[in-house]
This record gives sequence, structure tokens and C-alpha cells, in this order.
Amino acid sequence: MIKDITIGQYIAGNSPIHKMDARIKILCAFYFIVLLFVIRNPVQYAVITLFIAFMVKLSGVALKFILRGLKPMLFILLFTVIINIFMTPGEPIFELDIFSWTLSITKEGVVTGIYMLLRLIYLVIGTSILTLTTSPLMLTDGIEKILSPFRVIKVPAHEIAMMMTIAIRFIPTLAEEADKIMKAQTARGADFESGSIMRRAKAMIPLLVPLFVSAFRRADELAVAMDARCYHGGKNRTRMKQMKMSRYDIYAGIVFFVLSAILAIAMIAF
Amino acid sequence: MIRVKNLSYIYQPGMPFENQALYDINFEIPDGDFAAIIGHTGSGKSTLIQHLNALIRPTSGSIEIDGENICDKSADLKSIRSKVGIVFQYPEYQLFEETVYRDIAFGPKNMGLDEAEIKDRVYEAIKLVDFPEELLEKSPFELSGGQKRRVAIAGVLSMRPKVLILDEPTAGLDPHGRDEILGQIDRMHKENAGMTVIFVSHSMEDVARLAKHIIVLNHGRVAMDGEVADIFARGEELEKMGLSVPQITQLTRELIARGINIRPDIYTVDFAKNIYKELFCAREEKK
Ligand SMILES: Nc1ncnc2c1ncn2[C@@H]1O[C@H](COP(=O)(O)OP(=O)(O)O)[C@@H](O)[C@H]1O
Ligand SMILES: [Mg+2]
Repeated sequence: MIKDITIGQYIAGNSPIHKMDARIKILCAFYFIVLLFVIRNPVQYAVITLFIAFMVKLSGVALKFILRGLKPMLFILLFTVIINIFMTPGEPIFELDIFSWTLSITKEGVVTGIYMLLRLIYLVIGTSILTLTTSPLMLTDGIEKILSPFRVIKVPAHEIAMMMTIAIRFIPTLAEEADKIMKAQTARGADFESGSIMRRAKAMIPLLVPLFVSAFRRADELAVAMDARCYHGGKNRTRMKQMKMSRYDIYAGIVFFVLSAILAIAMIAF
Repeated sequence: MIRVKNLSYIYQPGMPFENQALYDINFEIPDGDFAAIIGHTGSGKSTLIQHLNALIRPTSGSIEIDGENICDKSADLKSIRSKVGIVFQYPEYQLFEETVYRDIAFGPKNMGLDEAEIKDRVYEAIKLVDFPEELLEKSPFELSGGQKRRVAIAGVLSMRPKVLILDEPTAGLDPHGRDEILGQIDRMHKENAGMTVIFVSHSMEDVARLAKHIIVLNHGRVAMDGEVADIFARGEELEKMGLSVPQITQLTRELIARGINIRPDIYTVDFAKNIYKELFCAREEKK
């Protein structure tokens, strides 16, 4: 039931994207998101579409897994498109009178709606490629490294990364636990699936209370275990796996440079 | 009567993590039986019992309870689940209500019973597990581990199931707590004629004390199915599956192998006590 959560689901592989340094990969993903929000015209969208298709192919991850990340977003995607279609002012192409209220679809609205939809879909796919090809441990290590220059302004880089590592580590554990508790309560006649929204929200109590109790218990146990092994934060810690840049990171830099150049030309030319 | 036919179950079929947990399971458990399902960790015991009240549906095969196929889409799940009660492993982790009373009342309330009937059932259930009445208004989270477990078991008993399934009910208890729970389960079965009890365990000592009928699971298959004596007579096979006969049975076997005349069907220490005493007295007299 709750097993569909894909966050932190890493699929091991041997592709050039898998082999990239986590830090560079995170920065690339970040840069890609920025690009998504500065592009404006159809030619640029076409270029980005080609690029993302290329990345999916290159990553070697089955399309099925990448698209699975979109499923929970379906509602937000739909909502964004509808809001954009109806709320953007401009030249109306279709008007509907409801009582004294005019609902109009504008040409600008349709265009913005489609652009917005593509942007969000590519955003999810882009970040999915990042999380599917990077093990959670490398990911948080990378984030720690990227954040570490900000330590001078008191950003607790190591602690943030450790918290994320722990959170990711416990997602499957808690999902499994939730599944067990749900079964146990179902066996006692609890019904999680039918009834009005209010009823269903109330039906969640027998699931949520034990789940929280167990999460706190686990947190406590983990804290004790970390203490017992003399964990004392980020200072003077060394790593078993050192991060190293490779030629793949240089290729990535070149690819993104070329992509930026093409997008810039497309911006000026069209 | 519970009848399981050609039951197979695959976790996450079609996914890369696909995992077949049960292969072609067949067995019958008659009404009023005290059956034990044993097998080492990961042999599929918990998966199997979840089928018996339709918490999960078989990949193939069928389960009949009192002649009704519970895998049918049209089967009435509510009535099946009040007929077959499952006490999960570590059931104390499912407690959630503000008071013990309300937690035990959760099952009967879901069955749509009225207040008076619910009250009756709660009191009956705590009596069966020896839980003190004056703690009923306490929060279940303030109780000790052993008491929590009793409350959780009472939470299933209050539904008055016709079939009671317990998944490793003694896991994580100290020897004293274990003896108490086992004693209560035994008494429950004796007092409620007609109630079928299915006891899941990997401990032969526990099983030897209670069960009449044993089903042994090994890697998702039924490896043995029969009377206690027949199963324990196959000690070597059991050992190969990572199980063992009770220590007292092992001892007896070795004594027999060394030429001492003693009956082989000794499975519990209590029973052994008298027989060994007689044996010693006879030897003393001979001297
Ligand atoms: N929710 C689940 N998802 C996937 N596999 C599972 C799940 N629960 C159990 N399994 C697998 O099924 C097999 C049988 O497990 P289980 O029924 O829990 O055995 P037992 O109760 O005898 O220890 C094991 O290999 C286990 O890893
Ligand atoms: Mg189990």
C-alpha cells in the first residue's frame, strides 16, 4: 500500500551519470532547474525536451521508474494547468458565462499552461534522474560538501546532511511499519478506505498514533547507539569514501555549457 | 474448518524486488483444533496467516473457512475478520487509544455492537488474559511490556473470534512472562470449546507444551504436517531446517540410544519429571 514511495530509491547502474561526482551532479541539477525557469520560447522548450530525453537515455534507468515520480504530482500538475489556462489575461479564444461571471480561456493562458506543465514535468524528471542515479549516502555527502563553505555564516552543514541521511534511511523502515500497523488495525475491523473525508481522516488515528510512538522510540534508540559509538558531529571526521572528480564531470560541464549556449542563441534568434 | 488449497504468494510481482514467499501450500485445520505453524525466520509464517483473514490475497490458490471461499471478490471481509482474529507479532505496537478500555473496545466497536455488549466483551477479554480491572482507565502507554501485550491480545479476544491466530506471542518476553501467556492461551482454548487456535512460533519448546497438530514451513513450503509425536520423531529433518526438537526430547533420545529403557514420546519438562523420577527410583532400588 505505502510501498510506492520512490524518494531515496536508488537504482544502481554503470552509466556516465552514475559515475559523476555527487557534488557536480547536484549543482548540474540545480543549474538545470534554473534553466527551466529562464527559457521562454518554443525553440528553447524543444531543445530542453531533446536534452532531457538524452539524459534519460544516458542514465540507463527504465522510463517506468522515472515516470513513477510523476504519479503523486498528478493533482498539482492538473491544478497548475487549469489555473494558468483560466487566469491569464489576454486575447480570449473561448468564453463561458456562468451566472454573471465570465470564464474565459485565453490564447496566452493556454500557452502559459502548457509551458508550466512542461516545466514541472521536466523538473520532476530532472531531479528523479539525480536521486535515481545517486545513492542517498553520496547525495547527502554531496550536499554537505556544497554547504560547507557556508559554515562561516553558521550554516550547520554536517548536521543538515546527517539529518537528511537519517531521514532517508528511515523512510523504508517507517513505510514497512505503517504497513504492519495498518494490517493489524484492519484485522481489528478498522476501515481506512471508505467513508467521507472526515471519517477517513479520523480512521487514520489508529495508524498515526502507533507510527509516531514508534518513530520516537526509534529516534531515541538511534541517539543512544550514536552516543555509544562516540559520535560527536562533523569536526575532524574523515570519510571512508573520498569524493573525486573524474572525466565524466568534465563532460557534464561541457554538455551544460553547450546547452546554455544553444539556449542563449535561441533566445536571441527567435 | 479451515482449508488452504494450492496457495502461492508473491510479494511485489513484476517488480525487480519480486519475492515468492509461499509455494503451493495445502493444509486443513479442523474446528476446535490447537494447531501450531512453525518454521525458521523468513519461512513465510506471517505471510501465510495474513491470508487467513483476507488481509492479503493469494497470488494463486484458495482459502476456505467454514466452506466459504474468502478469496472471492464478493466475500464479506468484515464478517471474516470478526470470525478470524489475528494477534500480530509485537502486538503492543498497535495500541493507540487514550485508555486501555477504549483500546480493547476498538474491535467490538468496529463490529457495530452496542455499549453494553462492548463492555461485557472488554471485561471478558481482560479476564481471559488476567489483566487487572483497576488499570482499565490508564493509558496503555504507561503499562509495562508484558501488560501492554496482554492488552493487545485482549483487543483481539474482545471480538470473540472463532479462530484465534497468534503470531509469535512470546517473542521478546522473559521466561516468566512467556509462561504466563502460554498458560493463558492454553486455558482459553480449553475453556472455549470450539475455538480454533493457531499458534505461530519458531520455538519447539513452546509448541510442545500446547499444540496437538503441527505444520512445519520451510522456505515457503509445507515440509511436514501431522500430530506432535509424528513431527518430533523426525528430529534430524527438523534440525536440517534450522529447527530442533525440545531439549528434553533430545536428552531422552540420547538416553535411549545408550540403552536405557524409557519411553520416547517425552516433549515437556513437566511430563518428563515423573518419568525420570520413576527411572531414578527404580535404579536406586536395584542398587
Ligand atoms: N511486506 C513485504 N514485502 C516484501 N517481502 C516481504 C514482506 N514481508 C515479508 N516478506 C518476505 O517474505 C518472506 C517470508 O516472510 P515472513 O512471512 O515474514 O516469514 P516469517 O514470519 O516466517 O519470519 C521473507 O523472505 C520476507 O523477506
Ligand atoms: Mg513472522
